[in-house]
Amino acid sequence: MKSMVWFVAIAVTLIVGGCSTKSEDAHESAKAATVSEVGVGPIQRVELGALDVALAKKGAVIFEQKCSACHKLDSRYVGPALQGVTQRRKPEWIMNMILNPAEMLEKDPTAKELLATYLTPMTFQNVSHDQARALLEYFRQVDGAVH
Amino acid sequence: MKWSQLLTIVVAAAIVSVTVQSCKNGGSATAFAGDDAAKAVYVQPGKHDEFYLFTSGGFSGHVGVYGLPSGRLFRVIPVFSVDAERGYGFTEETKPMLQTSYGFIPWDDAHHPELSMTDGKPDGRWLFINANNTPRIARIDLRTFRTAEIIEIPNSGGNHSSPFCTENTEYVVAGTRFSVPPGGQDVPIASYKEHFKGMLSFVRVEPTSGKMELAFQIQAPPFDWDLSHSGKGPSREWSFFSCYNSEQATTLLEVNASQKDKDFILAVNWKKAEEYAKQGKGKRMKATYYTNRYDESTHTATSTVNNEVTVLDPKDCPGMMYLMPCPKSPHGVDIDPTGEYIVGGGKLATVIPVYSFSKMQRAIADNAFEGEIAGIPVIKYEACIAGEVQKPGLGPLHTEFDGKGYAYTSMFISSEIVKWKLGTWEVVDRVPTYYSIGHLCIPGGDSKQPWGKYVIALNKITKDRYLPTGPELTQSAQLYSIEGDKMRLLLDFPTVGEPHYAQACPAELLEKNVVRTFKLDENKHPYAVKAEKETRVERKGNQVHIYMTMIRSHFMPDNIEGIKVGDEVYFHVTNLEQDWDIPHGFAVLGAQNAEMLIMPGETQTLKWVPTRAGVYPFYCTDFCSALHQEMQGYVRVSASSSSVPISYGSGTK
Ligand code: HEC
Ligand SMILES: [Cu+2]
Repeated sequence: MKSMVWFVAIAVTLIVGGCSTKSEDAHESAKAATVSEVGVGPIQRVELGALDVALAKKGAVIFEQKCSACHKLDSRYVGPALQGVTQRRKPEWIMNMILNPAEMLEKDPTAKELLATYLTPMTFQNVSHDQARALLEYFRQVDGAVH
Repeated sequence: MKWSQLLTIVVAAAIVSVTVQSCKNGGSATAFAGDDAAKAVYVQPGKHDEFYLFTSGGFSGHVGVYGLPSGRLFRVIPVFSVDAERGYGFTEETKPMLQTSYGFIPWDDAHHPELSMTDGKPDGRWLFINANNTPRIARIDLRTFRTAEIIEIPNSGGNHSSPFCTENTEYVVAGTRFSVPPGGQDVPIASYKEHFKGMLSFVRVEPTSGKMELAFQIQAPPFDWDLSHSGKGPSREWSFFSCYNSEQATTLLEVNASQKDKDFILAVNWKKAEEYAKQGKGKRMKATYYTNRYDESTHTATSTVNNEVTVLDPKDCPGMMYLMPCPKSPHGVDIDPTGEYIVGGGKLATVIPVYSFSKMQRAIADNAFEGEIAGIPVIKYEACIAGEVQKPGLGPLHTEFDGKGYAYTSMFISSEIVKWKLGTWEVVDRVPTYYSIGHLCIPGGDSKQPWGKYVIALNKITKDRYLPTGPELTQSAQLYSIEGDKMRLLLDFPTVGEPHYAQACPAELLEKNVVRTFKLDENKHPYAVKAEKETRVERKGNQVHIYMTMIRSHFMPDNIEGIKVGDEVYFHVTNLEQDWDIPHGFAVLGAQNAEMLIMPGETQTLKWVPTRAGVYPFYCTDFCSALHQEMQGYVRVSASSSSVPISYGSGTK
């Protein structure tokens, strides 16, 4: 009787365990499909207005300090050239990439592809939400946005 | 089958398994917990341990950081010895940490880690540890797990009874084991009794910053002051010191310091001493000693030289201290969680004497003294003793407490831990240790609030316990469960250096405060560069300063020319990363010091004096990314007469 009980107990564990993993995977990929445009992270929606030149200027300073060791605007460095990034990506995606790179590289299909190309992981540089917003404004300015 | 039925079966199975396990234990006669032990110490991959354990590195001069119950080693914190692995004591920033009045000292012998306390309980802020050889106390910041400060103790030799702290870390103490003539007097050794003093130092700890300052010294008789502990609760204003060699021998102490039946435990009313010092009762004495502090914002240590110390003489300070006779060369002096009992560990004695603090107070009030030594009243043994643990074993050394009314004493000679009951003094259990236990440790076991789950034996000898490694074998600790009536051996684990003593506390006390990166914005190092654009190379006479950055996975600049033989080159390297666990290393061919490991947001400096012309590669030593192998550069060194100008950059600059 005892061995029978053990068998059942183990079987149950395996079955239950197996089930939950599978359903989680399915859940993840469903989520990924819907979020890939905006990425994964704290930013769900960014309202863009006319270019805020003062904010872009702040962004330029932050870029110099926290990003320029890995990014140039016009050529590949450790990471991609960032000119044109606002045309390639949604503003939400850009901010999530800045604020939440580790999870982006794990879950967002576009970010994953970038990592496969550049091999060094894009890193969190201890930037605040406001600083990330300023960086976005700077990239918009670089890409010629006016309004 | 229905779910409810299934559930019943699972529960039944669980019960069966528990029953089977406990049957096995009941049957076992040895202290080893058997198959159960594996479960008790197993921490699943990716899961965290419940306790931090800090062991002294002994003659390694470091502190080991382990997890309990797994015994896994996480970190070795360099304190009193240089550490080429991370550049401690080799970088320009950390060299001042090891400065003393004797010059730069690259090594010491670290014995007793002590967690800072608030209300008599470990508060997880700092860990103090003593240097025995060149007397010093270090403070480790438990947010960074780095040595933050080292203060030298003057007029001392062998800083052994140290650095035990008072109930709210008002003071850490430093009693000298080897008495010396104060002020470095040149006197005959035979004039010991006349000229030598056993200084007891009280180092004040600033409550918010933790900064240490030598408040005063007490000039005690030239005995060998061995260990110490401060009181708590009712005894909070007192510190206790054990001693041997009350015979005052200077030669063959092995025989000559074991003549008398009794040595002493000294009780010092530090509150009263503090008042006397404030009233100006102390003598100001010339003494040169260093205070070295590491500044986290400049990432640099600076040394301050102090020139004076206040010395109190017990003759001028009535009521400040009392001697209690203690059988045969006591080692440990340990206060129970209530603050009432003071346990002496007479290492050559056949009993463990336990003193009562309240009885001692009464004895003082009643003048129950048997004499006086150097102005210090000696209380009658019977007037202060609460009880004796009879036949505990051989060589009682050190005692800690479980908070449930029991004490655990290490027995060096009979190599065992003995558990006995406070109040009745009866021995209730004993287990062998492998081999020759020195101190022992219970998490919080010297505080008001022990977490009485484990006792850790800190052993002196391992002999056959591990795979042999030549004449020199590993040091080790052993973990015992003390949750049940019987102590049960769970685990042996090797330690770094000699684990004289250890302290442990719940992980949650520290985990939440741990610093992950240094903020680049807050880096105030004078040679820091915070963006690649600011990197540069500057010549000042024969000094060349290289302002360099590192980030995955390149240095800037990484091609440098114009260095000449005879130059002193300073690589000031800033790690621009701001993510946790991304240090980079820096090493350059022919460097005669060490490498540097630089944490995110930190700046460190390596001095390099190339002795011959050539092109020298440098590279990152800490595997940082898939392109880590590519993290490299070149410095060109030309003859001293050459006219190659300074130039620098990288392929893209
Ligand atoms: C350690 C080097 C490094 C730093 C520092 C860094 N990045 Fe990146 N970044 C990368 C890499 C590499 C990628 C490509 C993705 C990958 O490999 O992970 C990338 C990708 C990006 C992308 C996506 C580009 C695209 O084409 O979609 C943006 C946007 C970005 N980074 C912005 C920034 C900003 C803003 C900062 C400063 C706050 C910054 N990065 C700091 C290395 C870095
Ligand atoms: Cu590296």
